[in-house]
Amino acid sequence: MSEHIVYPRVYIVIFLALLLGTGLTAWVAYFNFPGPLNAVVALTIAVIKATLVVLYFMHVRYSPRLIALVIASGLFWLAIMFALTISDYSTRGWLPVN
Amino acid sequence: MPEALATTQEHAGAHSALQHHFENMEQQREAGTLGMWVFLVTEIMFFGGMFLAYTIYRYKYPGAFAAASNHLSLWLGGINTVVLIFSSFTMAMAVYSTQVGKRRNSIICLLLTMVLGLTFLGIKAVEYRDKYRDHLIPGQLIPGRPFDPEVAKSGDADEHKLHLPPGATVKNAEMFYWIYFAMTGMHALHMIIGVGLLTIITILAWRGRFSPEYHAPVEISGLYWHFVDIVWIFLFPLLYLLGRHLETHMG
Repeated sequence: MSEHIVYPRVYIVIFLALLLGTGLTAWVAYFNFPGPLNAVVALTIAVIKATLVVLYFMHVRYSPRLIALVIASGLFWLAIMFALTISDYSTRGWLPVN
Repeated sequence: MPEALATTQEHAGAHSALQHHFENMEQQREAGTLGMWVFLVTEIMFFGGMFLAYTIYRYKYPGAFAAASNHLSLWLGGINTVVLIFSSFTMAMAVYSTQVGKRRNSIICLLLTMVLGLTFLGIKAVEYRDKYRDHLIPGQLIPGRPFDPEVAKSGDADEHKLHLPPGATVKNAEMFYWIYFAMTGMHALHMIIGVGLLTIITILAWRGRFSPEYHAPVEISGLYWHFVDIVWIFLFPLLYLLGRHLETHMG
């Protein structure tokens, strides 16, 4: 398997998409969405931008599956850290303290 | 044994950058890329801890965090986001230019990436200076200049003052600035290391060290640079944007 070369036009499209995402996230930040939706929208745009960088600028789309597995395992451990810590903080005070 | 012999013979005509413990350049490059990604995963966990602290405190003190967040300059943060995305693009172009053997283009792209990185750090320094002016450096980080913002009275529109909503305290806002300085400070440190790395890569590229057969160091430094860009892609909305829709309801 020889190395895959990503051509400049792909990089230009991704670059423009990232600029669009940046403009969009700044624009929608002033909308008053109900509940926690502002955070959800901002994080969704950020995740899409990060995914574009990882897949194209960092070539993961064209790299061995092993790289994707390493990244997925890292994100899985990150999810464990968030899930366990937040479940602790958000449930404090549920039981009466003697 | 014959296999080992064959390997040795292969190495006889191999690229000078090929280390003896790899079969060929392809295997060496893939091993290097994998190693870099393992390191980047540890970086995800490192920054992840700070993102987690941010999440918990934002959940605990939503009003104070929104107020402190709105005090940051959306313009400077936004321009810096564009600068960093542009630098990621030039970095990707530097990798491409090396892959196709265009040394001159590669050096130009690397220099552009470093200039953009330094521009980011310069704008960040301006932001930090503004925080110093407004007494917003938390705790006693600056000796003799403790965290002591001027809190705006209702209807007071001075942009240098902190507009706290009812129920939010100065202490809660200080927590936001601890997290802001920890996260943007660690990010800036990574940028400085990145510029240092690219300086070495540029010198090596200048000396003609890289070619379509051997360019792993350029690619791996690129991975690091893009990772630092991704951290900022999350920092920008979380630190600068998440309270903007509440602006009209405050102070």
